[in-house]
Amino acid sequence: MSQENETPAVVEEVAAQKSSDNTTQYLSFVLGKEEYGVDILRVQEIRSWEPVSRVPNVPPYEKGVVNLRGAIVPIIDLRERFALSKVEYTPLTVVVVLQTGSGNHTRIMGVVVDSVSDVISVERNEIQGAPDFGTKVSNEFINGLVSVSERMVMLLDVDKLLTIENLEQNES
Amino acid sequence: MSIDMSQFHQVFFEECFEGLEAMESGLLSLDIGDIDSEVINTIFRAAHSIKGGSGTFGFTVVAEYTHIMETLLDEMRDGRRQVTKPAVDVLLGSVDCLREMLTSIQNEEEVNMASAAKHQAALEMELHGTAGGSHAPAPAHHEAAAPTPVAVAAPEPEEEEDEIEEEQGWKISFCPYLSLLRTGNDPVRLFREISELGELTSHATIEDVVPFAELDPEECNITWELKLVTDATEAAIKEIFSWVEDDCAIEFAPLAKPKKAKKPKAAAAPAPAPVAEAPKVEEHAPVAAPAPAAKKPPVEADASKNAAPKASSSIRVDTDKIDTLINMVGEVVITQSMLGLVGENFTMDKVGLLKRGLAQLERHTRDLQQSVMNIRMLPISFVFSRFPRLVHDISTKLDKKITLKLVGENTEVDKAVVELINDPLVHLIRNSLDHGIEMPADRIAAGKPEMGTIELKAYHRGGHIVIEIVDDGRGLDKNKLLSKAIEKGLVEETAILSEKQIFELIFMPGFSTAEQLTDISGRGVGMDVVRRNIQSLGGNIDIISELGKGTTIAIHLPLTLAILDGQSVAVGDETYIVPLVSIIESINITEKMLNKVAGKGETFKLRNEYLPIIRMREIFNVKSGAATKPNEGVIVVVEGQGALCGFLVDELLGQQQVVIKSLEANYRRVEGVSGATILGDGSVALILDVPGLVRLSVR
Repeated sequence: MSQENETPAVVEEVAAQKSSDNTTQYLSFVLGKEEYGVDILRVQEIRSWEPVSRVPNVPPYEKGVVNLRGAIVPIIDLRERFALSKVEYTPLTVVVVLQTGSGNHTRIMGVVVDSVSDVISVERNEIQGAPDFGTKVSNEFINGLVSVSERMVMLLDVDKLLTIENLEQNES
Repeated sequence: MSIDMSQFHQVFFEECFEGLEAMESGLLSLDIGDIDSEVINTIFRAAHSIKGGSGTFGFTVVAEYTHIMETLLDEMRDGRRQVTKPAVDVLLGSVDCLREMLTSIQNEEEVNMASAAKHQAALEMELHGTAGGSHAPAPAHHEAAAPTPVAVAAPEPEEEEDEIEEEQGWKISFCPYLSLLRTGNDPVRLFREISELGELTSHATIEDVVPFAELDPEECNITWELKLVTDATEAAIKEIFSWVEDDCAIEFAPLAKPKKAKKPKAAAAPAPAPVAEAPKVEEHAPVAAPAPAAKKPPVEADASKNAAPKASSSIRVDTDKIDTLINMVGEVVITQSMLGLVGENFTMDKVGLLKRGLAQLERHTRDLQQSVMNIRMLPISFVFSRFPRLVHDISTKLDKKITLKLVGENTEVDKAVVELINDPLVHLIRNSLDHGIEMPADRIAAGKPEMGTIELKAYHRGGHIVIEIVDDGRGLDKNKLLSKAIEKGLVEETAILSEKQIFELIFMPGFSTAEQLTDISGRGVGMDVVRRNIQSLGGNIDIISELGKGTTIAIHLPLTLAILDGQSVAVGDETYIVPLVSIIESINITEKMLNKVAGKGETFKLRNEYLPIIRMREIFNVKSGAATKPNEGVIVVVEGQGALCGFLVDELLGQQQVVIKSLEANYRRVEGVSGATILGDGSVALILDVPGLVRLSVR
């Protein structure tokens, strides 16, 4: 997807979420040396990593499922999803539980990240479109870029991230 | 007093559909030669309730339509009219039509007036065509309440003496007692109904209205003088008031000779109050209920606002079941408080007490679980009850003589099963009707009774419900099936199939003995879909058939879809649940029992039968745990897709009841897995989908 297509969508979405003022809060987290942000309203909770039940015959970044207070919730390793180097899970490894509401059906999913770092407030007009890397890097989950005290934070589109069917198609 | 009526709509529709079912089954059970008046009464009552209800809720189309049915039924009930087969058929048609109307109204769609009018015309034909001159009230009646787009016969000239036609109207003095409103009746609604009979003018008498401070909003202090210009009979008007006749004093007088009605002096001292007189009844509403309007925000009868979502389903539960549940909860609470007491100052000498308490808690929890499950249980008659109609209609169409016997309609199954089993059953019964039972002549030629029988049985067996469809028709022809399958290339010509395997052929997609195609079956869902539906419910389907004697199709279904008896097995470090239903047996295998096929596939011999082995470790890519040779594991022999096969697992862990959780709610479908469950330690275990795994392994 090209840059021109991304930007208006971002603006619209952010505007819809915070019509009163132009700032949106994002939870930022770290994967290796990269920093990402997700809309904080989509974050249900943050948990420490605990062993999952593996699900057979799924892509390796779909780590498995856990029992989250009676609901069966899939856990996705974002490092593996974004093809970053694998690391051992430590007690500090964090699972961010995100929810997506497409229509009246909401799904919950956990994503494994190295650590959560901050809650950042982002002005709408600070968000830049994601650069086009061509086919080398898939940027379709990236809603935009923002810089926060000299660091670049990539804002992720939760809905796209959590559409498993999409993940499957990308895999093939 | 305005009440939000729409909140009752759901209940109303449910009751209507129940009423329709009662009418239908009543009509079907009517024996033309020997009429049981009780049955007619039942049908009449059902029609009457529907009419009353729909009138109250303002569904006049339904009310008017039902009124005609009711008139017809009334005459049958009084013995004034013969119950004939055509009449019953017309009534059955009207039941369908009513059901259609009600469904449209429920979905807030336009009622199909064309089809309604057609049925109505048929009803009226029936009503007038055979009605003699002595049934004068009937047509007059009907004209009054049914001004729908149908040509109506003019009222018969000879009216009963209280129906003085030339007066063209009525003066009605309507003096409700104080308690009228408490019975849930709203005069405004009555007036609205009357106003449909003709031009209505009303005058409210408010002398009896008490001062505002003393006003009780639930008392009706107003009386009305109504003037109705209409050619309706007194009976038709009385009918409208029949709901309130115990709660009011009402007098009718023909318009020409007005009669002063006597008013009961029930209320307290007359007081000055705003005079309200309006030509239209609707405008009386605020006067009828001034107090509530002042005290609380008016409740708007806005149907769209809080009409229950159409898809929402409700369930009617026996109060006994609820009582049991409440008792159970009480027990749990007592046990819990006892345990709390033990825990408060716990010392080691109380261990015995604690253990006892825990044991009690476990028992109560299990009982509680069972009673909750029970609430979801419905008698299978919910499904069965519609089949007499189906059989009646189709057998008439096919010119076959068939009786349907229902056995065990009170067997209870889970609501979800009830909802999902209907379509497969319809398909199977249609098949039996069409292909199974022969034409009467053929039956006689075969030395069988002319009347064919289809038996629909339901019973419990070992944690399962079994539904059997037994017909005494021509049975399945093994040779024909086999040759057809060979012709279609579904089976090798040299293959030797067991009887069971041949019957299984009819479940193959695309398998159809073309010559049998008719408009009744051979269309729609095929047998393969039937089987898939039943398997998706966790059940299976068997066929037993004898040529010339008949066919039995048996469906085994789990009692509930929420809980499953499972065998937990270990594969590497992982735990999986195999549904106990599909397990035939589990065996420790020895090297001797194993055979390689073409170097890759493995089979083992189980009592003279060679079964394929599916290595769970390979098919699920399990890498953890010790490597296995076949002889280090356990073979779980399972049945899936009608075939036996062996799952090779590392260890059997234990049997337990597991609560089925959907994997798809937050995730997606995974091949070979039908769901997930949470084990005692809080971890998640996947439940194996046995037929799916067998398919997966074939690939």
